[in-house]
Amino acid sequence: MSDAVHTFLSIDLLPLLAATLAAFSCGLLGNFLVLRRLSLMGDAISHAVLPGLVIAFLLFGTRASLAMFVGAAVAGVATVALVELIRRFGRVEPGAAMGVVFSVLFALGVLLLEQAAARNVDLDADCVLHGQLETLFWVAPREWSALFSLDWLREVPRQVVTLAIVAAVSLAFVAALFKELRIAAFDPGLATTQGIPAGAVNGLLMVLVAAATVASFEAVGSILVVAMLVCPAATARMLTDRLLPQVVVSAIVAAATAILGYGAASLLPHWLGLAGSVNAAGAMTVTAGVLLTIAVIAAPRHGVLARAVRRRRLATQVQVEDLLGALFRKAESGAAGTTVPTATPHRASLHAARIARRRGLVSGDGPTLDLTPAGRRVAAGLIRRHRLWEAFLVDEAGWRSDHVHEAAETLEHLRDVRRQPLVPGIAPDRDPHGRSIPGGADPARPRSEDSA
Amino acid sequence: MTPASITDVTDRWPGWGQVLDTLTLQAGFNTTVVIVGTTLLGIAAGVIGAFALLRKRALMADALSHATLPGVCLAFLVLGAFGVAARSLPLLLLGAAATGVLGLLCIHLLLRHTRLREDAAIGIVLSVFFGAGVVLLSVIQSRPTGNQGGLSHFIYGQTAAMSRGDAAFMATIAALAVLAALLLAKEFAVVCFDDGFAAVAGLPVVAIDLVLMTLVVLVTVTGLQAVGLLLVVALLVIPAAAARFWTERLWLLLVLAAAIGGLSGYLGASMSALLPRKPAGAVIVLTAGAVFACSMLAAPNRGVLAAAIRILRTRLRVASEHLLEVLYERERLAPAGGAVDIRRIAVARGWPGWRANLVAMLLSRRGLVERRGRGLALTGLGRAAGARVSRNHRLWEQYLVTHAEIAPSHVDWSADQVEHVLSEPLVRELEAALRAQGIDVPAARGGMEGATA
Amino acid sequence: MSADDAARRSLAGPQSGSASSHAPIGRPRSVLDARPEHSADSPLSVHAMTVAYHRKPVLWDVDYDAPPAALIAIVGPNGAGKSTFIKACMDLVPRASGRVEFWGLPWRKARQRVGYVPQRESVDWDFPVSALDVVCMGRYRRIGWFRPVGKADRAAAIGCLERVGMAELAHRQISQLSGGQQQRVFLARALAQDSDLYFMDEPFAGVDAATERAIVTVLRELKAQGRSVICVHHDLQTVAEYFDDVLMLNMRVVAAGPVAQVFTRENLHKTYGGRLTLLVEASEAVARAGQQP
Repeated sequence: MSDAVHTFLSIDLLPLLAATLAAFSCGLLGNFLVLRRLSLMGDAISHAVLPGLVIAFLLFGTRASLAMFVGAAVAGVATVALVELIRRFGRVEPGAAMGVVFSVLFALGVLLLEQAAARNVDLDADCVLHGQLETLFWVAPREWSALFSLDWLREVPRQVVTLAIVAAVSLAFVAALFKELRIAAFDPGLATTQGIPAGAVNGLLMVLVAAATVASFEAVGSILVVAMLVCPAATARMLTDRLLPQVVVSAIVAAATAILGYGAASLLPHWLGLAGSVNAAGAMTVTAGVLLTIAVIAAPRHGVLARAVRRRRLATQVQVEDLLGALFRKAESGAAGTTVPTATPHRASLHAARIARRRGLVSGDGPTLDLTPAGRRVAAGLIRRHRLWEAFLVDEAGWRSDHVHEAAETLEHLRDVRRQPLVPGIAPDRDPHGRSIPGGADPARPRSEDSA
Repeated sequence: MTPASITDVTDRWPGWGQVLDTLTLQAGFNTTVVIVGTTLLGIAAGVIGAFALLRKRALMADALSHATLPGVCLAFLVLGAFGVAARSLPLLLLGAAATGVLGLLCIHLLLRHTRLREDAAIGIVLSVFFGAGVVLLSVIQSRPTGNQGGLSHFIYGQTAAMSRGDAAFMATIAALAVLAALLLAKEFAVVCFDDGFAAVAGLPVVAIDLVLMTLVVLVTVTGLQAVGLLLVVALLVIPAAAARFWTERLWLLLVLAAAIGGLSGYLGASMSALLPRKPAGAVIVLTAGAVFACSMLAAPNRGVLAAAIRILRTRLRVASEHLLEVLYERERLAPAGGAVDIRRIAVARGWPGWRANLVAMLLSRRGLVERRGRGLALTGLGRAAGARVSRNHRLWEQYLVTHAEIAPSHVDWSADQVEHVLSEPLVRELEAALRAQGIDVPAARGGMEGATA
Repeated sequence: MSADDAARRSLAGPQSGSASSHAPIGRPRSVLDARPEHSADSPLSVHAMTVAYHRKPVLWDVDYDAPPAALIAIVGPNGAGKSTFIKACMDLVPRASGRVEFWGLPWRKARQRVGYVPQRESVDWDFPVSALDVVCMGRYRRIGWFRPVGKADRAAAIGCLERVGMAELAHRQISQLSGGQQQRVFLARALAQDSDLYFMDEPFAGVDAATERAIVTVLRELKAQGRSVICVHHDLQTVAEYFDDVLMLNMRVVAAGPVAQVFTRENLHKTYGGRLTLLVEASEAVARAGQQP
């Protein structure tokens, strides 16, 4: 084993492992918090466990005890219960209830810490906030063979073991109760009538969030916990529309965040020529923010860019179709060739004319335009949809015939075949104004109503 | 008492004279300025927090305060690079305000352009900005020249570290914020209550919101030094939430929130001046928290105890009336029936056994029923009460059926005696209608006429 | 029907659910004697139910027996306790007193056979699930704890979507559905529950004409299979067309029974006051329909 690898194993492996495990559990559980609009519960819990930690520490006098874990977990669950109590019985809005509970508990913790510090106790709020990933190191085995004998497991620090257990439990919880978590978050009323008590399922979720928070503390600090409960889930929310993919994506994003963040924290200072190191938990949090920003901007469906492009394309499409429709109606009434219609704003209609010409739908230049044969087909399909919708709205939906034109004007642009008015039996051949409905040869929509 | 006393860490408790001096602002100029400044800060936070709470923006302040950390650090770094004296409070706070506002802007953009909800947006901004701050802090620490220059005071707050000038600065800003909030109280109130209406009425809702958030930023940023960025949100939220329990009126809400905030600030700063190892921020928040707890429990109308008593009373009243009615009607249908088994009543009413027993016990203590073994029977007094209840229910029933254009949610028919709410001719009409159906209505005085008919 | 009859009926007050218990109104028998003889086939029998929120009762001493295999509408003004009624039946809201039985069984034992369609606004339609996922939720009770949704359940769910004409949209995310399509998904989920009694909270609220027809078709299918459906319903004009029975609530039962008997001008007036002139037309239409056979 080379020295470089040994150094990595000794110094970097455990912090990396701890951060990844913490991020993984929080990312997994965070999905359900975000969906239930309780994202800030993680924030509240992570602040509020401080007094639990300090009290347990003052009582038992050691940092390496189960007592501390239990103390913090109790404080975490108490936070959830208090918030719920204040919200329900005090009729205080949930945000304010959380604000009250976590700030008071945190203040209590700070005060207790100060008292503890007076006794020269080695515990401070900074490590709770920022984490002490740097302190996680061990003497890795020198030989590869030693790695396989599993004796080294005994050398692994307690924090990492706790995190591994919590990560495993979280994974098992989400996997086993996936369907219950889904229904309890989506429709608590139905869940309860089906014999799945939504309150109990959500309570269990909160207990696990508290456990994950507490386990993550010593290693990665509360700020990373808050970030990991919200950011990966939010990132996944931008990328997917189904719960299972969302959970998987968020877990992957969380783990990737931890690894990338750790890499950035250890490599960036060298590149920037800084002497010391950068706080790893903070770097991971910022990485989470960066990944989320990328997702928000570039997500294929819900991203800001994709939506802007879609909006723009739709606007162009509508303008082109309006132009074709106007030309078709002109032709129907006997006049061939027309100037660019001025119903739409001038620049927009010029743009539409340009696009239509480029697609070979209209011919002619300058202010006079004519439909090409291809343009005629498209326009006929368009007018057909428009008049079918009018017929549908009057015959089936019972609208008055002088009210349907505007609605049909909007509906005609729908290209989704299934959203066309499927009139049972035979489609009408006259619209409510008595005009004929052109036949269904519409190159834009190969599967038209006729074939359906 | 020297000005240094505020930083003097001893483990002795202060004497009474010292306590009195501090509380009456006689304990040296520095201490006094800090206490006055913190009190003013509390008042400002109370007033502005009340509006923020009503506008449902309470936790935005949390995101805002966390987002100030990178600003403070950046300002520190920039100042250091230009060789300016590293601790120029207004400039550091300017940096804090800048990133704080940037954080708010991010929340706004996330809400506007993505499918994420408010809670998620707040959580994201809060954690990511704070994480950036932590990174910058560690950068500052690792610089060869670098000490943090007391930057961590901004996280936890420390009145002890405040200079006279700092405290005066804080007091001025706080006073200005209160003044602005009071001048705009009317506009804030309309926007908080119904922004749609405000917009239609021609008020510049966006601008008013902007002013409100600016005031929140001001209070948050000035509060950083005293209570720290982790707890400054408490100063905004808790006094307002506590005051909300006591009143439904806006002006009173503002006054109470200001009072609670001011009291918390005053006590917090005084105690931290007097006692060793009592960080002002924590004491301030705990004081406010204690006021909140008392308010929530004991407030007369919206308080939890009052509500619990009210619910219990309603339950018992409804149950008592049910029991009296059952016994009364039983007696009327089968005059020789004797006592009724309490278990039968429980089953018929769908009550658990203990509830039936509890109600029976309460009624027998009031002398309305008597227990004969497992059986229950009305006393003379109880019979009269039963008649009254029965009459009342019958008439209300008839009223709801024939005059139901009144939404029933306006009628509390088990509490309101029919005669107290409805006019006498209407009551007679109802009585007549019931008699026409062959249903007895006990007479108004609660006597035995109806029962024995 | 003569004016006298009508007047008498309007004074006759609440009527019990079935024709068999027409006799004295008000409180004909002591609460103690109640054991309606047919409760074992009645899908829902509510007895002396009182529900009180903080200070005031919302429902007071409601007695109701639902007839088997019927489509039942619950109508009444805002704040009359309609939604509260169905929620209290299913233990979603605590009752101050009263018994609720389904086929003579308490809720705990009958839960397996009762389905529920909450109001459409009660859930977050941006939730990351597809239409098919939502319908599968109807089968969770059958699937049981911990077990995942299997192939057979998925197939059954698709079948339910087909019945409401939504099979093609099974894999759409629910936010991409129109309001009517969302309601149909809810209906398909109810079908997937395969219950004998359904509670539906305003299934017709804000849906298009096509969906309304689809819902009615499904309701009639359910009835033909001998199941009962109890709907909170707002549109009085369609009550007579869609439903067999009606329960008129205004904190207590104003009237209950077959539509043709109960849904009269007088009762409507009682329930809604003089507010809706449309009602008059509707009730006259009912009256005409009643005379024809």
